[in-house]
Amino acid sequence: MTGAAVTTSGLTKKFGHQVAVDGVDLEVPLGSVYGFLGPNGSGKTTTIRMVLGLIVPTAGEVQLLGNPLGRIGESLPRVGALVEGPAFHLYLSGRDNLRRLDAADLRADPATSATRIDSALDRVGLLAAATKRYRAYSLGMRQRLAIAASLLTPKELLVLDEPTNGLDPQGTREVRHLVASLADEGSTVLVSSHLLSEIEQVCTHVGVMHVGRLVAQGPVSEIGGDARPRARVETDQPQVAARIMTELGVRDVRVDHGSAVGELDGTAPEKIVAGCVQQGLAVTGFRVETPSLEDTFVALTGEGFDVSG
Amino acid sequence: MSAVEAGVRDVTSRPRRLSTRFLRSELGLVFGRRRNQVGLVVLIGPPVLISIAVKSSASRPGRGAPDFFSSITENGLFVALAALTIEMALFLPLAVAAVSGDSVAGEASTGTLRYLLTVPVDRLRLLAVKYAGIVAFAFAATLVVTAAGVLMGVVLFGGGNLTLLSGSQIGFGAGLLRVLAAALYLGCGFAALGAVGLFVSTLTEQPIGATLATVIFSAASLIADSIPQVSWVHPYLITHNWTAFGDLFRSPIAWTGIEHGLYSAAGYIVVFFLAAWARFSTKDVTS
Repeated sequence: MTGAAVTTSGLTKKFGHQVAVDGVDLEVPLGSVYGFLGPNGSGKTTTIRMVLGLIVPTAGEVQLLGNPLGRIGESLPRVGALVEGPAFHLYLSGRDNLRRLDAADLRADPATSATRIDSALDRVGLLAAATKRYRAYSLGMRQRLAIAASLLTPKELLVLDEPTNGLDPQGTREVRHLVASLADEGSTVLVSSHLLSEIEQVCTHVGVMHVGRLVAQGPVSEIGGDARPRARVETDQPQVAARIMTELGVRDVRVDHGSAVGELDGTAPEKIVAGCVQQGLAVTGFRVETPSLEDTFVALTGEGFDVSG
Repeated sequence: MSAVEAGVRDVTSRPRRLSTRFLRSELGLVFGRRRNQVGLVVLIGPPVLISIAVKSSASRPGRGAPDFFSSITENGLFVALAALTIEMALFLPLAVAAVSGDSVAGEASTGTLRYLLTVPVDRLRLLAVKYAGIVAFAFAATLVVTAAGVLMGVVLFGGGNLTLLSGSQIGFGAGLLRVLAAALYLGCGFAALGAVGLFVSTLTEQPIGATLATVIFSAASLIADSIPQVSWVHPYLITHNWTAFGDLFRSPIAWTGIEHGLYSAAGYIVVFFLAAWARFSTKDVTS
């Protein structure tokens, strides 16, 4: 097997005239936690559906755990998937819903079915609600059940599409821990989200989708690495501070709401503070800001998480 | 929990060729569903009503009554046949259409289809299991009507020898056997309708729409069958041979209609199952 859990090349899907996914070359390295980002409607879910064999691509190739498009089914037993939210039978209990999925799996051992189901429920904290009807589950519980369903058998790859959708902050953090622990156990995780901050901390790699195209992809350090840290001086005379910063070699200095901001280009931050104070400036605050992945993300996909046409 | 995990580490390593687990799960889903259970109870209504109505009316049914009705007071087994005749037009096709229309479209509309397919369940296997569930329900529905009819009839009118349509008599046991054969024959017809429902169900994500389309298909077939001007099409209609179950109550049994009906049902099953497969095998699952 190559070093990639998922690769696609030129992956394209058209629905009528609408191009939902346009020439996407995805590469999810084995063992990585790959954050698949993009605004709602940018083509993440359609890409994931093609990778899982639910949708036939209009053009392009897919490799899933070493198997090409026509043989994706051979890889699927090693893949756990949560696609576009949870979906279960309303009138069955959580446990019965998992029983049905396990029964459908030709490779799952019926002898260990009960213990595997309960340990999956336990892992997402649903064991106490196992006999409750799915109808009575809250959105957060439904989401957890869907994650439990993907954990019924050990998986090499987990594809989690918007796993934190509908979860409260507490639940979101638990999902993050779960993703981290799955990765620690050696699984590759492909996790999509339109809310970057929710998964940023656990990702080793990211890919950013925008209007059907993959606009950036790579290790987190490289994607966020282009931007240099910036210094911000808060003072009542920002114009003066800006002049001092420029003299000290800070680049792109701007005045912004009672403060001066510029890119540190090798200039030591402490020199800026010292310089300002020597000139008699009243410095009320000083900060060095490292641009977050979020800033990169916004730069790539535009402001706001609007639905892309 | 780690002990549990260690125990199942190699669980994915040996795929089994055959397992009845999914089929049993499907049967549990079909027969465990409240809606379907209520449907089966409703199907018991006509045989109960018929038997009570005939019993409570002082005079024997008049000459104009259908064949089986006039014979009810002579032998309770005819309650089952009268009930099957009545329910054949709408109730039984409706029950089969409800389950078959729901089969794939229902899973698609709740979204469970995508999770079954990523387990993974092979699409052909999914269709086969879905169809097996439909067939099981079709026979169950027919047998429920028959059993209720036999029970009510024998209790209210007694059993005894059965006078056939051609006048001769057979014993109660042989009569019961022929009633059972009639029910199984009709079950085959409804299984064929179920194949149509399965196909329609792969076309849509709206289970109600698939069910309606299947009922309309069956009703349109009945209507076309009653229009003499299009008699050339009659032999090909799905409902055309259903009434042939009455031929089992002649002496000797007239097999031609029955044979025709079984061939017709087999033809419908093969054609519509293949059509469902052709549609479903490459279908984009976007729900």
